[in-house]
Amino acid sequence: MTLILPYAREDAGQPPSLFPGYASTVARSPRQPLVKIPHTLTETTGPAGQWENLMGSSLADLTAQHKGTPQGQRIVVSGRVLDENGRPVPNTVMEIWQANAAGRYIHKKDQWDAPLDPNFTGAGRVVTDSEGRYQYVTIRPGAYPWGNHHNAWRPSHIHLSLLGPAFASRIVTQMYFPDDPLIEIDPIANAVPMPYRDRMVSRFDIETTKPNWALGYLFDVVLRGRDATPTEDDHHDD
Amino acid sequence: MTTEQVNPAPRHDNQDPALFGQTPSQTVGPFFHYGLPWKGGADLVGQSEMGARPELFPEEHYVLNLSPPRGAVSGEVITLEGVVYDADGKPIPDAMIEIWQANAAGRYASPDDNRAEIPLDEGFVGFGRASTDETGLYRFKTVRPGAVPGPGNSLQAPHIAVGVFGRGLIKRLVTRVYFEDASQNAEDPILALVPAERRDTLIARKVGGVWRFDIVLQGERETVFFDV
Repeated sequence: MTLILPYAREDAGQPPSLFPGYASTVARSPRQPLVKIPHTLTETTGPAGQWENLMGSSLADLTAQHKGTPQGQRIVVSGRVLDENGRPVPNTVMEIWQANAAGRYIHKKDQWDAPLDPNFTGAGRVVTDSEGRYQYVTIRPGAYPWGNHHNAWRPSHIHLSLLGPAFASRIVTQMYFPDDPLIEIDPIANAVPMPYRDRMVSRFDIETTKPNWALGYLFDVVLRGRDATPTEDDHHDD
Repeated sequence: MTTEQVNPAPRHDNQDPALFGQTPSQTVGPFFHYGLPWKGGADLVGQSEMGARPELFPEEHYVLNLSPPRGAVSGEVITLEGVVYDADGKPIPDAMIEIWQANAAGRYASPDDNRAEIPLDEGFVGFGRASTDETGLYRFKTVRPGAVPGPGNSLQAPHIAVGVFGRGLIKRLVTRVYFEDASQNAEDPILALVPAERRDTLIARKVGGVWRFDIVLQGERETVFFDV
């Protein structure tokens, strides 16, 4: 007998795997129904707190990884990682990657005609504190064109990857910026129905804006939480 | 005299209490290789650099650290590999695979597995990450996991939990690797939930000393994916 505290399931704000407006999903999403399984020890455990053993220390300033200063608008992004019951998720890793100010990734397969920045990689990693707080410094990424349809442009976004406490709490998302008109016509953002799409839009914040230095943006990440009532998986049939 | 700067009026965004709830999933896109898979991430037992694809970006932009060396790990060391295919049978060169598993004794290196009577391996976390190469192939080096408890008093056959990410995947797809020669498979409570004719998509087969587990996202022999 093992005490299992299952996690909540996906809520209404999660996108479908198949969203034809995002053309690549058509051949890369399953057609058979998913098989629903109970949460076992496999799904309720995870490598919480072991990231430094796996991947090394945090990299919270994406503007200080090279000799010079990267081009672009310097920003400070901060917020909390919470579970959906509002509880902070401490000591959890958030991985960060993004394009540069011109909207170009350092990746060799990104070949569109915008300049690379030798002083900007666009990869970082932070660990939340005991109250689930994090902060990192970067530059605001640019929008960029992509091949999904004629004249398709992705809105400015920062990719975020979180594992949280368990296999079941894993999430990869994208953070968008307020007042970006491209969000409304972006198929990837639009795979998430309204009003839930707005959960991915950060907020400009004067309190965390550093005078004469950097604009502040707030973004909380909300992971799946444990179900309210623990179920003891005792068997009653004998 | 100074004027106090104040925030603009609240709006519908991430900070709106009325919208509070799970952060929606989005794709990793095609350009994750310099940000997610780290050197050594696919080698759960050793000190090799498996897992990353440093040829996809300039060396000076590899800012992720190499996994620190780890201690000895007990159990049978195995290689797990396979190709990720799309609906047209084409290999997917920009997928990322994550695994999570128990050690050889059947214990998860997690604070939520508190069965102190089962030993942990100091050198084994049980989490790995690999990117597929240009032929769609991923490869892990790990140990064969032990059996772990299932619902009620059941026992789950040795298995590895798998998450699939990639361009075109708006959210993670979840599956499991079981081992073809494991006697416990017949009693496994999770396999029992899968239609019998599709179960073999979850079974890795030993080919030339390597455990082979292809992942088919759609179509004939589509891999079983789980709603967790």
